[in-house]
Amino acid sequence: MDILTLFIVIPVLTITGIILVKDIRRVRLVAATGMGIQVILTAILVYLYLSERHAGNTSEMLFIKDIVWFKSLNIHYAVGVDGISVAMIGLTSLVVFAGIFASWEVEFLTKEFFFSLILLATGVFGFFISIDLFTMFLFYELAVIPMYLLIGIWGSGPKEYSAMKLTLMLMGASSLLLLGILGIYFNSAPGGGQLSFNILEISKVKIPMSAQYLFFPLTFVGFGVLGALFPFHTWSPDGHSSAPTAVSMLHAGVLMKLGGYGAFRVAIFLMPEAARELSWIFIILTSISVVYGAFGAIAQKDLKYINAYSSVSHCGLVLFAILMMNKTAMNGAIIQMISHGLMTALFFALIGMLYGRTHTRMINEMGGLMKVIPFLSVCYVIAGLASLGLPGLSGFVAEMTIFVGAFQHPDLFHRIVTIIAVMSIVITAVYILRVIAILLLGPVTNEHYEHFTDAKWFEKVSAVTLISFVALIGLAPFWLSSVIGSSLQTILNKILVSGSF
Amino acid sequence: MSLENFLLMRHELLLTIAILLILMAEIFLDPRKKRSINLFSIVLFFIITIIGFLPSSSGSLFGGMYEVSDARLMMKNILNTGSLLVLIQSVTWLNKEENSEKISEYYILLISTLIGMDFMISAGNFLMFYLGLELATIPVAALAAFERYNNKSAEAGIKLILLSSLSSGVLLFGLSMIYGTTGTLYFTEIAKLFGSDNLQILGFIFFFGGMSFKISIVPFHLWTADVYEGAPVNITSYLSVISKGAALFIFIIVLFTVFPVIISTWQKLIYVSAVLTMTVGNLFAVRQQNLKRFLAFSSISQAGYILLGLIGGNQLGMASVIYYILVYIFSNLAVFGVVAAISNSSGKESIDEYNGLYKTNPGLSLVMLLGLFSLAGIPPFAGFFGKFFLFTAAAQKGFYILVLIAVLNTIISLYYYLLVVRAMFINKGETPVEKFRSDFSTRLALGICVAGIVITGFAGIIFEVIKNMSFGV
Repeated sequence: MDILTLFIVIPVLTITGIILVKDIRRVRLVAATGMGIQVILTAILVYLYLSERHAGNTSEMLFIKDIVWFKSLNIHYAVGVDGISVAMIGLTSLVVFAGIFASWEVEFLTKEFFFSLILLATGVFGFFISIDLFTMFLFYELAVIPMYLLIGIWGSGPKEYSAMKLTLMLMGASSLLLLGILGIYFNSAPGGGQLSFNILEISKVKIPMSAQYLFFPLTFVGFGVLGALFPFHTWSPDGHSSAPTAVSMLHAGVLMKLGGYGAFRVAIFLMPEAARELSWIFIILTSISVVYGAFGAIAQKDLKYINAYSSVSHCGLVLFAILMMNKTAMNGAIIQMISHGLMTALFFALIGMLYGRTHTRMINEMGGLMKVIPFLSVCYVIAGLASLGLPGLSGFVAEMTIFVGAFQHPDLFHRIVTIIAVMSIVITAVYILRVIAILLLGPVTNEHYEHFTDAKWFEKVSAVTLISFVALIGLAPFWLSSVIGSSLQTILNKILVSGSF
Repeated sequence: MSLENFLLMRHELLLTIAILLILMAEIFLDPRKKRSINLFSIVLFFIITIIGFLPSSSGSLFGGMYEVSDARLMMKNILNTGSLLVLIQSVTWLNKEENSEKISEYYILLISTLIGMDFMISAGNFLMFYLGLELATIPVAALAAFERYNNKSAEAGIKLILLSSLSSGVLLFGLSMIYGTTGTLYFTEIAKLFGSDNLQILGFIFFFGGMSFKISIVPFHLWTADVYEGAPVNITSYLSVISKGAALFIFIIVLFTVFPVIISTWQKLIYVSAVLTMTVGNLFAVRQQNLKRFLAFSSISQAGYILLGLIGGNQLGMASVIYYILVYIFSNLAVFGVVAAISNSSGKESIDEYNGLYKTNPGLSLVMLLGLFSLAGIPPFAGFFGKFFLFTAAAQKGFYILVLIAVLNTIISLYYYLLVVRAMFINKGETPVEKFRSDFSTRLALGICVAGIVITGFAGIIFEVIKNMSFGV
């Protein structure tokens, strides 16, 4: 069996294990072991990938496995990775691993919880390794649907409403996507010949412009909804705040990246001409996302809402950078996806841990936590600093690259939107520092807080895993760039083949 | 005509023999052992289903009245499989005290409708087609009124028989116009003689209306919810899956073989009916509380999706319709199986009464979840693949707007399917359905349905087989 299929097989085996074992502790153990193996597998994949590249293998995708599925429609189960997918797989396995530990204390229907969580992860892994549009779409929907049960059963607050809203909006997006995929498929052989769902094959032909104008917006919006594109972001704050900790982590950390990755890999990669023509509409929308999300976060009092709006802002930045369609910005977009994924997962994990102790998420009901739970508080500060883009942490590298890339466009329009988007950094600083000040500093406001215990071992595993990678990217971004760099260049060559910028 | 020719009709012949054998058993069996007819009939039917799958030659009988081709055999086999599942699901209900008198009647009536459907599917002439259609409809009305002491059941029976005779009348009126203008009832000859004469088009529209009633396409759907609600659950599932499937099968055969000339006419008709059927079915389903009514509207909207496969008039569409009906049989029967099991054990049929079902009956809830997700078209279940192929078939002919309307409709349908999921998994019930252990027959049928839902999608070979067969109906 090829190494990529293992990324689906191991979660499926883990799920089977979870069904078979009886008591809660074993369920947790099976889940943690399975996802631990997944992390190791990821490390092996990164090693194999880099050594292939060093050996001089310059093909677009590596480790390709192609099995015919529905012959008459030319649907294949086709997987393959380039540097970008490898990076995303790395992000996913880290966040899922941390998520398992962050939900160590789920007591209600534990088996079903881990079952749904890992099913969701299976969908995400499958999505990132797919190079066939049909397979990709299948995994996309597979990743969305367990969310309904995860939020509906284990969530908090108006969970039924949020779960329904999130599911319907995301499935609605996927229906636009379905139309986009069918459109691409039926235009994948303009000169006659075999129609194809394979991304690599489609990228070799030029889809007729009339079709591109129709299907680029559908595909981009279809993925964009998942990446919290304004005005379709409204599922995100409700969904994230109602979801249980691990689900928020996975959702903001990984699932929203499906949007950015898909917009990049499918919409822009396959239909670059229409992307260039129509990008201005979406650039305006994404700049609104970026600024609006940041302002939204200032207005919130609930920690999860703050972070959810901040995710809207940061993920908007990913789409913003992708639409700039030059190397620096796109490089930044991918680093931002990884960085935001780790950072926001860390945030949600910490919020979950705080909530487990204080039983409130309202910032003005808490205070002085630094004195009672220093470990968690310091982690929170680190996450906050990464989020506002402090040099030395991952957020800085990503945002810096994005804005430099965006400003490279010499025309007035791009300059103005870049300046508008840059403003979000300042706003981010406001809401992050304000929360840190109220929440962590100052006197202890509630005497019950004195009895708090600091992080337990599984909470530490979860937090430290994420922080170490946030710092690693911040201090040594070159290794990440080396993984994604060459693949990005190949894609850019295709996008810019007739381009003016 | 030699014996070998007769064997082309083996589905119909075997089912007739089965009816005779069940009658014999009814006559000669000790009245106290009537319940063993269940086992006898199901085993018999199982054997017939297996024989149906044996390879057979194609050909035609009675001077073109009766046609056999790979695709038509496949359709019959699909219907047989579905009926077998319905029969297995009915055992619990038939074993109830009030039904024990008329067990054999149930099997005889149901199998005769199946003979009617088989004749209808094999028709090469509108006379044969009409004969089969009536044979497929009238016993169903008797079945719908099976619980004769239940007012609603009797009402369902009378509604079905009155309205379907009306629709048959409309259909016959249309056929008479077609006969009047072409002078023949043979499919092949009509196809040659059919032009764009106004009277012919009018005849076709009447035919279309009559068929729309059988498939319950909006605006001919009004009988559906009442009949589904009144009839016993197992009959409802038979009506919604097998009867509807058979009508769709013959509809697609007639459209593709008899009326290819006026494709632009029926494409417009199907376009409008598909949009109406999906949207009205879905919007009405949202408001339903009774699960049988709920499933009635859901099955109306499912018929709307299936029309997307018809509209292109292409081979892919043909294959995807047959495939989707296979998938639909498994998914809908899984849902109906659970509804029937719960209705038989506790009499509860409303969505509110399903609150907290997962806590008391996790197995049944999971089967229901799979069935609903498959109906909604969620991967990795078969319904996803089925819908994908239907939409692909429509998109192949450029009906992108229609596909867009259809995919938006799937979101509405997802909403109301999730309402049931919410009741079962999320809501806390004050008086949930009591924990019970369902019969072996129910579990067997549900197990087959679940296997079907999972395997039909993943096994690409099934679609390929159907695709290859659907060449040249």
